[in-house]
Amino acid sequence: MPTAFADVTASDSTLRRFLHGLPGVDAVGLEARAASLGTRSIKTTAKAYAIDLAISMIDLTTLEGADTPGKVRALGAKAANPDPTDRETPRTAAVCVYPDMVATAKEAVGNSGVKVASVATAFPAGRAAIEVKLGDVREAVAAGADEIDMVIDRGAFLSGDYMTVFEQIRAVKEACGTARLKVIFETGELSTYDNIKRASWIGMIAGADFIKTSTGKVGVNATPANTLLMLEAVRDFRAQTGVQIGVKPAGGIRSTKDAVKFLVLVNETAGPDWLDNHWFRFGASSLLNDLLMQRQKLATGRYSGPDYVTVD
Amino acid sequence: MSDRLSVFKTYKLYVGGKFPRSESGRVYEVSDSKNKWLANAPLSSRKDARDAVVAARKAQGGWAGRTAYLRGQILYRVAEMLEGRKDQFVREVAEAEGLSKSKAAVVVDAAIDRWVWYAGWTDKVAQIVGGGNPVAGPFFNLSSPEPTGVVTVVAPQKSSFLGLVSVIAPVIATGNTAVVIASEDSPLPALSLGEVLATSDLPGGVVNILSGRTAEIAPSLAAHQDVNAIDLAGVEDDVLAKELEVAAADNLKRVVRPQPVDWSADPGTHRLTAFLETKTVWHPTGSLGASGSAY
Repeated sequence: MPTAFADVTASDSTLRRFLHGLPGVDAVGLEARAASLGTRSIKTTAKAYAIDLAISMIDLTTLEGADTPGKVRALGAKAANPDPTDRETPRTAAVCVYPDMVATAKEAVGNSGVKVASVATAFPAGRAAIEVKLGDVREAVAAGADEIDMVIDRGAFLSGDYMTVFEQIRAVKEACGTARLKVIFETGELSTYDNIKRASWIGMIAGADFIKTSTGKVGVNATPANTLLMLEAVRDFRAQTGVQIGVKPAGGIRSTKDAVKFLVLVNETAGPDWLDNHWFRFGASSLLNDLLMQRQKLATGRYSGPDYVTVD
Repeated sequence: MSDRLSVFKTYKLYVGGKFPRSESGRVYEVSDSKNKWLANAPLSSRKDARDAVVAARKAQGGWAGRTAYLRGQILYRVAEMLEGRKDQFVREVAEAEGLSKSKAAVVVDAAIDRWVWYAGWTDKVAQIVGGGNPVAGPFFNLSSPEPTGVVTVVAPQKSSFLGLVSVIAPVIATGNTAVVIASEDSPLPALSLGEVLATSDLPGGVVNILSGRTAEIAPSLAAHQDVNAIDLAGVEDDVLAKELEVAAADNLKRVVRPQPVDWSADPGTHRLTAFLETKTVWHPTGSLGASGSAY
């Protein structure tokens, strides 16, 4: 934790004073800016570049009760080699699975360089005792997870108990060891942009490596506006402390058009330093197929159909 | 003179059961046979064409999965709805093709009858082109026709309504879905047909109607990997027709080549069978004696 924030986290009241002292978010202005950046049309070589970049930033995700080892193995194979007809296609950044599937996923991706991320800490509700959450994390890390996606306790956050949220993130970060920690705010449940901003700062101060919008399990997931807000937060945080933190929008990003919009947001807000899968990720499952179809269209000039990509 | 302002109709595309404007925002002027302005029609882009294919693919499984009998009922329902809006189509066909009201009425009647003809074929085509095959072995050998999938139809240019119906109905009667490029100079009857289809139990996406420049939209549809067949009925330019055939060859699309057709004549089953694939199943009879085998 940067020393600058030692005072801030000294007590419940100092933390609250700091968070409520952050400048308020102009909701209309934020949405207008996100919308205006999304209107750009990206074509030809720039589009080809954006598609490859987006593929390399995907955390290919399967988070269902019905996940089987077979499905996870298929996902791992797809992450390592997204388009078997074109070996030039970049691999995705990671596969994202439940903790009990980490070992299977690790085996499936082999030495392809694809990382394994795991949603520990009683995902997606996050309603469990801290010991249970930490156990979840340790188990995933022991099984070989390179990255841990944790959900914050929204109940504590919304009731104003910021210290609990902060301390839980600290504890989970410690349990992660060398694994990188992504902190999920579930922005769809935080009600206001001001809350999203406060959550971002709690996460960053507590030592998150990534801040992530959503679990993908609620109605409103990643939107251009909430992602823009989080990008501004990591930009400001780096300006203040020199520490760079990644951003991961997740849930509801399904088309190439959407993905490119987010890349424009990243470049215009945080800057080109974040245009890399070490600092920016997409949490998605069906997005990859659309990117592959668009890639095939650029390569062949022919529109392709869903028969030409694998079914997730 | 009435002081009421007349309400001009904004013609729209028919894609996925909805009536969107062209994604490009463009329109073009449609005039009658004497060059008098009639209306503005949407000028579709390649993106509209691709959206139409997505809608058609989505609808295809469900449409093919309905029983042939039900498809016939729905097609018949379309004929009923056409009958009720006959006056409108008579006016549009008369303007588009420069016919008198009475001649246009004959054409519209023929188009409705054509629709009923194909409605009747839905549950009979399997018996005509499928069935049990005689084979030398202890097997039943059965062939049954299945829809090809998504079919692009370039509608006839001159016969704006009878020709249009004659190329759409056979495609959907057999369980395919259609992306139709309407006649370039007279697309209005086609766009009005979309309104009829939308209100006659036909699931959205089974027929998608685009208006615009054939030379602009057709090539990307011919090359589209997710289109299974293409009917080039309305392609009058030989060079373009050849280009489209070459593009279509890439994913082994079925192609119906442009040819002179008298749309008022008995249509036969040619167009109906052009968009069917034959599935053949071999099944052991369980009785070796049936084949005349000695053991």
